[in-house]
Amino acid sequence: MNILDIPAQAWVGQIMIGLINGSFYAMLSIGLAVIFGLLNIANFAHGVFYMMGAFGAWMLGNHLGLGYWPSLLLAPLAVGIVGALIERLFLSRVYHLDHTYSMLLTFGVTLMIESLYRNAYGTSGMPYDAPALLQGGTRMGAIFMPNYRLWVVLASLLMCLLTWFFIERTRLGSYLRAATENATMTRALGINVPRLLTITYGCGVGLAALSGVLAVPVYGANPAMGSDLLIVVFAVVVIGGMGSIFGSIVTGFLVGLIEGLTKVLWPEASNTVVFVLMIIVLLAKPAGLFGESH
Amino acid sequence: MLERPASPPASHAASHPTTGPAATVLAVHELYAGYGDDQVLHGVSLDVKAGELVTLVGRNGAGKSTIMRSVMGILPRRRGSVQVMGQETIGLPPEKIARLGVGYVPEERGIFSRLSVEENLKLPVLVGDKPMPLAEVFELFPNLRERLGSAGTQLSGGEQQMLSIARVLRAGARFLLLDEPTEGLAPVIVQQIGRTIARLKEAGYTILLVEQNMHFAATVSDRFFVIEEGHVVNQLGRLGSAQAVAELERYLGI
Repeated sequence: MNILDIPAQAWVGQIMIGLINGSFYAMLSIGLAVIFGLLNIANFAHGVFYMMGAFGAWMLGNHLGLGYWPSLLLAPLAVGIVGALIERLFLSRVYHLDHTYSMLLTFGVTLMIESLYRNAYGTSGMPYDAPALLQGGTRMGAIFMPNYRLWVVLASLLMCLLTWFFIERTRLGSYLRAATENATMTRALGINVPRLLTITYGCGVGLAALSGVLAVPVYGANPAMGSDLLIVVFAVVVIGGMGSIFGSIVTGFLVGLIEGLTKVLWPEASNTVVFVLMIIVLLAKPAGLFGESH
Repeated sequence: MLERPASPPASHAASHPTTGPAATVLAVHELYAGYGDDQVLHGVSLDVKAGELVTLVGRNGAGKSTIMRSVMGILPRRRGSVQVMGQETIGLPPEKIARLGVGYVPEERGIFSRLSVEENLKLPVLVGDKPMPLAEVFELFPNLRERLGSAGTQLSGGEQQMLSIARVLRAGARFLLLDEPTEGLAPVIVQQIGRTIARLKEAGYTILLVEQNMHFAATVSDRFFVIEEGHVVNQLGRLGSAQAVAELERYLGI
């Protein structure tokens, strides 16, 4: 069966690839959105924490013999602690300054960490096997879907849902929403907002690292993997609306799908379609599809 | 906590003598504060004793709200001395000051629109050893019970004011900073808020109030500080007569 002279198999295949890319866009842009909402900084280091998550899994496997499942917990935890330290030591000192400073700071952190990894591991990338439980694939009609990729989509949806639940339905989440809206008043009610900022940054980059662990069996571990992805993720956040959690999730998957479909229809445009979309949204609705204009 | 039988706030306070009868809850000495380069307070000194209701009066822009914010520690630049419950708070962050048992009810009420009424109510961390049970909170503010599921900003102005007071009571604050609690409210709501403040005073709460409505303030206040251009220019005791109220209103230029 052909649609627009293109075999249905190609459509389905690209839709699945779009969903997987969309999973990573969604997971990374949630963290960016939460950090932007509360800390008011564009976290240019987000991609590097994703990369550190991927390498974390690789290192835990190669040096400590730990498998995928323990890494899924330990790597994000370690990266989250590194993130919290960076927030405490550096970021917290530039909040009162212009946005440019935090941008340059996180950008500098990115360059430094990325270079360290490039020195240590080169640029060719490290392969990482999917866990035994998720190897092989499932035949779905006309296409063959690797089990691991199905798991990525499911895990990402679950993670988005848990993050949403945590922010909208828990006590710590209500602190986070309150401080995002009015930090001064939140402090006057006895809540330690500076500590909340540290926790939020740590959790946000921990989520990025978790995405990195999910990504490593698909893409391998490569020092540049974060920077490559982050450019698209920033476009996703702009399209969805800075600071909107729900917007990030929906837009992440949407952009992944649009990219996939463009790959079928007009392969050359698939790398730029996101940015074209971003420009259109910025012109038509500058606050983003789900953003509230102030 | 909702299951607890409602008891009047008075009994709650009787079982809870905070500080000695004449202990000083707030002692401000030579306080200088402002916003950026704009100096608003020029050496303010005042005090509030336990169980007292002290009202700051003065024209708009005299610095009354700035005094409240300085006490709460939410102005970055402040010099001088602000002692709360005997502890120096210059240099302390607002969250630490709140935890000394201070409940701040700002002029703009500070209700969070992204939080439900219930979340707003339960947001503050406990700042005293005797938080007001929810049953008592609802007895004081019956309207809030029905609105628990609403978004914070779906409330009327009066309900937002009640929520703003209710949440610091629920947190256990015993020293309340009430900044123009009746501003912009309908007369019937003003009366309700007024009765509530009178009850809280009876129950032993210490209150620093900013209020423009002199007829209301005169009935509940133990003392007045008159603020002009960032200075304390006069201190008055209880206003017994209509003549005294008139004198105060002259300060306000009403």
